[in-house]
Amino acid sequence: MSLAVVPEAAPHEAAQEPDYIRAKSGVLSWLLTVDHKRIALLYLGTVTITFFLGGLFALALRTELLVPDHGIMDAMTYNRMFTLHGVTMVFFFMIPAIPGVFGNFFLPIMIGAHDVAFPRLNLLSYYLYLAAVILGLWGMIHGGTDTGWTFYTPYSTTTTTAVLPILAAAFINGFSSILTGVNFIVTIHTLRADGLHWMRLPLFLWSIYGTAVIQVLATPVIGITLALAGVEHFLGTGIFDPAHGGDPILFQHLFWFYSHPAVYIMVLPAFGVASELVGAFTRKPLVGYKMIALSTFGIAFVGFLAWGHHLFTSGQSAVDAGVFGFVSMLIGIFTSIKIFNWVASMYKASIYMTSPFLYTLGFFFLTVFGGMSGVALATISLDVHWQDTYFVIAHFHFIMAGGVVLMFVGGLHYWFPKMFGKLYNEGWAMVAAVLVILGFIGTFTPQFLLGNEGMPRRYYSYPPHFQFLHVTSTIFAYILGMGLLLALINLIIGLINGPRAGNNPWGAPQYEWDTPSPPPEHNFSATPVINRDPYEYRGQEIIENAN
Amino acid sequence: MIFAAAFYNDWMRRILDLPDQASSIAPEVDQLHYFVIAVTMLGAIGLTIATIYFFAKYRYRGKQMIGQEYKPGPMFEVVAVSGPLAFFLLWFFIGFHQYVEISSVPDDAMEVYVMGKKWMWKFAYPDGPNAVGVLRVPVGRPVKLLMTSRDVIHSFFVPAFRLKKDVIPGRYSELWFTATKPGSYQVFCAEYCGTGHSMMRAEVVAMPQAEFDTWMAQQRNSPIPSQQDSYQSKNEPQRGQANMVVQGERLAGEKGCLKCHSVDGSAHIGPTWLGLYHRAERLSTGETQLVDEPYITDSMMNPTAKLVAGYGPVMPTYMGKLTAPESAAIVEYIKSLRDPQLQAQPSEGPAYEPGRRP
Repeated sequence: MSLAVVPEAAPHEAAQEPDYIRAKSGVLSWLLTVDHKRIALLYLGTVTITFFLGGLFALALRTELLVPDHGIMDAMTYNRMFTLHGVTMVFFFMIPAIPGVFGNFFLPIMIGAHDVAFPRLNLLSYYLYLAAVILGLWGMIHGGTDTGWTFYTPYSTTTTTAVLPILAAAFINGFSSILTGVNFIVTIHTLRADGLHWMRLPLFLWSIYGTAVIQVLATPVIGITLALAGVEHFLGTGIFDPAHGGDPILFQHLFWFYSHPAVYIMVLPAFGVASELVGAFTRKPLVGYKMIALSTFGIAFVGFLAWGHHLFTSGQSAVDAGVFGFVSMLIGIFTSIKIFNWVASMYKASIYMTSPFLYTLGFFFLTVFGGMSGVALATISLDVHWQDTYFVIAHFHFIMAGGVVLMFVGGLHYWFPKMFGKLYNEGWAMVAAVLVILGFIGTFTPQFLLGNEGMPRRYYSYPPHFQFLHVTSTIFAYILGMGLLLALINLIIGLINGPRAGNNPWGAPQYEWDTPSPPPEHNFSATPVINRDPYEYRGQEIIENAN
Repeated sequence: MIFAAAFYNDWMRRILDLPDQASSIAPEVDQLHYFVIAVTMLGAIGLTIATIYFFAKYRYRGKQMIGQEYKPGPMFEVVAVSGPLAFFLLWFFIGFHQYVEISSVPDDAMEVYVMGKKWMWKFAYPDGPNAVGVLRVPVGRPVKLLMTSRDVIHSFFVPAFRLKKDVIPGRYSELWFTATKPGSYQVFCAEYCGTGHSMMRAEVVAMPQAEFDTWMAQQRNSPIPSQQDSYQSKNEPQRGQANMVVQGERLAGEKGCLKCHSVDGSAHIGPTWLGLYHRAERLSTGETQLVDEPYITDSMMNPTAKLVAGYGPVMPTYMGKLTAPESAAIVEYIKSLRDPQLQAQPSEGPAYEPGRRP
């Protein structure tokens, strides 16, 4: 199957205005741009680099774990490596990826606006993020740190490694996150086109909106917590370190007060992308639009009250544990509402099988099994055994890492024709998708079993009877890595050599496909009026030359 | 019936790769584990099959083919919410009940003090000996661990008991269990604590009450310090030395020695101190050096002069950072860490090999 070309631009799209890529030229026109689409591409370039860096760290870890003892690195290097993997993936890839790239590019187009509400603030967000990445990378080269991305005290306040640059990078990244959140909230509230009332908002925007609310409310807490940890490291102020009269558990409460909602900062946008892909490729209106939109806010709200489930073995009271365990179960309910509606959307559909939709199916699988393992972990007495084992690692890589990666890559394949006006090779994209999905499942399924057996996380060396499952996991990690590399190469070849894409190569109903590919600098020549629901097929969305 | 239950238990345990059930709580927790995993896996597989079925049945079959709008009634959402909710709540209540049980220490529990530090576990019986790396407990009697850490947060984790509790500096946390089968069970540190985190292991040895009593009596009466109580002898004539050893142990922690040197034979940045005294070490120059008091003291003050083969020149000098009594106390502490098994084979591998699961 291949997506063929529109031979020549149809007369109505022979744009009077050049597209946003060709509108201006020169390096400065990119670095100082306030165009949301160009900023999205700046994000795309940066998150692609951080993603592959984080992936390389992961493969180094998996390679070391092929043998129970010393393999390719010593214990100190290993500890730094898993810290770098976590920090890079969480703060520099998963938090900014989908809002930074797709949020920036499509939010204004989907609501019929020319740009976000504060274009210059948007650029500042990007540069704060870039500064954080550079500071983080500098800190890594400068020696790195071995605290893990959780920075638990008093380990982090007493380590001799270079923890401060990494703390500072995460701190600065928080500002970028807050500014992006404020910008998106204001944009959705004030710049919607005529006719676009709230119940016509694409589900991707509902999830971006929910994410932005969490970003604005929760991020300040991690900022102040990391700042306090840094001050403690320098001055021994005695906030978290019991050697100076502090309380190390206080740090864990503050840390997870942000970092649990942060899971939804990462995964809600992925849920939003999934809704768009289901809407586009089932070729019928989505089932349960309102329920999916509302469940986003259920997750965002309840997610604030579940942080204590990270502390079931830290020594909180049974009452605390009970409350946090109960609230955590509700997150499972809201997530299952989404999944049921997505699967129900396939009923009586006309499913158009493409590489983005294959990623979506893989995402369903990871979310269902990862989500169910989350419910198991929320069961308090079971968590006592699983806490800090590979079961937890497997759980959050299934639902959080898997969700974000599959929907980031899947979304990129879906929107690529719109963003760049080019098509990629669909056959190779399918091969890459199969490798990525198999790689993900194969890497982390053995880790569930390792966790059952009692293999703790962050272990450099392990008893030999764990080796078989570790080797299996590593083999699939390489397959996953190859799949992602193949997807990247395929997209780059498409970008350079791909045939031109029409306005709507998928025959999708959503608003953004009404613009030319790639869109002109100001998105629309006339101010659009929206007079339909986002997933409503009107009959004219014919898949262009599909066979 | 009982046979069938035992068969089911064993079968599920093997499928899920769970370790032995060696504590009173383990079979109970595992029953909930099987229940939760069975239902969630069946639910997830059911949903996967539905997805595959829809996918096969409703494939796109023509250029202008558009799916039929499907609007399920409100019952769909009601079922989608209440079905999972019923199970989730049931699991929550059972899990919470078990958690309360895990948290409620029986009054008649035998107490053992546990100290975690980088990177070893030390156990102290209120009326008996101390032990490093091996916790001996009687089978069938509740044991309450009173745990604290000397440096950073550790976590005491016994997979075969399905129990885990963080060990926190500056406070005592409690963990109780009743071992149900004699045997030796792996202890892991489950909270990341630095370079030696993955080697911070120990074992719980559960022994029949009579055997345990005999062992305890032996420990109290033994004139020669055994491996377990090697550096805190209760023996009167050695009192002075023991005090220095204790002092040295404290200093080794405070001055950072233990960040690189293990005391349990495990590999680290520096050579292990276990069995170091009177060992014949090969130096990086190829020479052989007998480890005696002068060599140990020299190595503190001028660490890179005589490096043990295979270790980097990374240790800072302690010249001016240790007073003479302090370095002497540390030397005494190192001397006390004797392990007859290791004297012949310097600096090789972990002292403790975990037992294989049956």
